[in-house]
Amino acid sequence: MINENAKTILSVRNLHASVEGTEILRGLNFEVKAGEIHAIMGLNGSGKSTFSKVLAGHPDYEVTAGEVIFKGQNLLELEPHERANAGIFLAFQYPLEIPGVSNRDFLRVAYNAHRKANDEEEIDVFDFDDLVEERAGVVKMDVSFLDRSVNEGFSGGEKKRNEILQMALLKPLLSILDETDSGLDIDALKTVSGGVNQLSSPDNATVLITHYQRLLNYVVPDYVHVMCGGHIIKTGGKELALELESRGYDWLTAKEAVA
Amino acid sequence: MTKSVSAANVPASTVNRATYLKHLLTQASAAADESGLPLKEIRDRAIASVSDRSFPSGKDEAWRFTDLSEMLSHPFERAAQAVYAEQPSLQTSARLVESRYQLTSINGHYVPALSSPSPDTAQSVTIAPLSELIAADDYAKTLAPIISKRLASIQGGEEVFTALNTAGFNDVMVVWVRADQVLDEPICIVRNAQEGVIAHLRTLVIAEPHASFTLLESFSGESGAGDRPRCNNSVAEIWLAEGAQINHIRLQDESAQTFHIAKTAVDQAANSRYQCTAIDLGAQLSRHHLEVYQSGPQTDTHLYGLSALQGRQLADTHSLLTVTYPHSSATQVQKNIVDDRAHAVFNGRVFVAQAAQMTDAAQINRNLMLSSKARIDTKPELDIVADNVKCAHGATVSQLRADEVFYLQSRGISAEQAQRLLLYGFAMEIVEKISVPSLRQSLSDRLTEWAR
Repeated sequence: MINENAKTILSVRNLHASVEGTEILRGLNFEVKAGEIHAIMGLNGSGKSTFSKVLAGHPDYEVTAGEVIFKGQNLLELEPHERANAGIFLAFQYPLEIPGVSNRDFLRVAYNAHRKANDEEEIDVFDFDDLVEERAGVVKMDVSFLDRSVNEGFSGGEKKRNEILQMALLKPLLSILDETDSGLDIDALKTVSGGVNQLSSPDNATVLITHYQRLLNYVVPDYVHVMCGGHIIKTGGKELALELESRGYDWLTAKEAVA
Repeated sequence: MTKSVSAANVPASTVNRATYLKHLLTQASAAADESGLPLKEIRDRAIASVSDRSFPSGKDEAWRFTDLSEMLSHPFERAAQAVYAEQPSLQTSARLVESRYQLTSINGHYVPALSSPSPDTAQSVTIAPLSELIAADDYAKTLAPIISKRLASIQGGEEVFTALNTAGFNDVMVVWVRADQVLDEPICIVRNAQEGVIAHLRTLVIAEPHASFTLLESFSGESGAGDRPRCNNSVAEIWLAEGAQINHIRLQDESAQTFHIAKTAVDQAANSRYQCTAIDLGAQLSRHHLEVYQSGPQTDTHLYGLSALQGRQLADTHSLLTVTYPHSSATQVQKNIVDDRAHAVFNGRVFVAQAAQMTDAAQINRNLMLSSKARIDTKPELDIVADNVKCAHGATVSQLRADEVFYLQSRGISAEQAQRLLLYGFAMEIVEKISVPSLRQSLSDRLTEWAR
């Protein structure tokens, strides 16, 4: 939902970032206001996933220039967990498996870390159980998944649902979903999209990183950006995604190559 | 009251292995004499075994990674009695879990005040030290034949530390559970040591057909003033008759200066199930020989182990699984966490004989290194003669993965807490096999604190 008067949540200016000495992001500009849903599309290697990891603070990526302002503060100064506690959430393309740690324990530790960081009292095991079982409903997750090790032996769809469950618990201000739709069958896609829509509000914002237009049938973006060569080369409305679907990226990237 | 350890007859700096072993055997024989147990035949056999062998050195393949040289500078002597200072920590370690079946020994001597035995051989459960059982009127006709058949008779008894134990134990903790008995409380054998002594600890467990119970062995020691080194040499012989089930939990939490050498020898008859969960947290040097033999087909064996080591600790798990009958299954998971300059050793031998067709065995050893100065030696040894079997094995050595830490960080968990959680998860895969809830909880608390 676009509201010109809404507060700016994220402002990225001239961002450059490298991994192992190779520059991936090259002068990225990006701005997100409260209530908005953005889609970032682009071919493999265009820098979409790198951008999401830089925002979350992955240690392998080095920011070499530019600034990222989140809620008025310099995001790049914060440790990854501080960014999470400030309201950034990255749904992973490949969520990790943590053998031996139950999903329930993991979610509680994360939830309480947020509460503590925001000067709220930690909640006890029993209250948390009620809360997490209620939130599991957002992604139609069977509660038996809570007592299994984090993501261990989960199918692709179950892992992605688990990411959205974490989102439902942590209630982030800015959710970045990195290829959340990849590998999902249509039912899982509908469930995951339903969860994202349900969590979206005029106070928070969502960034969808995706290859395909398919997800955007279910989560309708306010803006669609095309990324190429480490920065955004075109921004449009939701109809841009449809155009990309039918015409491909060549007509945009060719122009970029000339420029 | 403390007995001082005299080094007069063994000058520490110049002692060689032969002299040292002779010293240990002299001490063992003296302890045997003092025990008054009428076991001359097995003692003599054991003395002969020790005399035929030498004290292990790095040249022995079985001791290549575990250097016992440090032991040579400690001329351990036997403890004349269960001397101990009454202190609250002793009550805590002696009452690890609440159970109506408990035998406690200190320095190898049985302590009635900290035990709750079931000495009556007319009952279906007999749990008592041999020294007391032997005094009963009906000993000769009830227990004596069983003792002579089962004590010191599982294969592998000629190994030097096992033989030393047989030559020198001053008592035997006897557990004898009759057919079809299913016990709802664990049988606890609690071993405590407070003196700078050597103790040969002996346990004999007999599960009659279809008996089922949990056996908890715990080893702990108080770090007293000066914390003098001590040595516990423990042997447990465990017999499972047809269809018997034993869930064995072994907690080695010795004081920091202890040398802990142990053997668990298991004999499984047809359709029996044996599970061992061995946790090693203490001792400066610990070695666990875990040997499982078969006397019938279709057995089920589960061996789980966790060593969590720091400082300069060393823990060595040497397992031997011998499958000689068909249709058996076995799972083994050994996990080690090493920090600082700690050193973990795993040698897992699996022997599948020609007759043991349709065996299904899997062995995995996972190691987590928290420090670049820590050391892991791992050696799976599969010797498979049968041709229609499934035997898998693997070993991994890794550090905490940066991407796992980042995943947790991205959920608001600090790097330090994330590492702790990952370590906890690594350890919990073993700890959760422990069937006694209170112990599982206290161990998981311990490991939460242990993880830095």
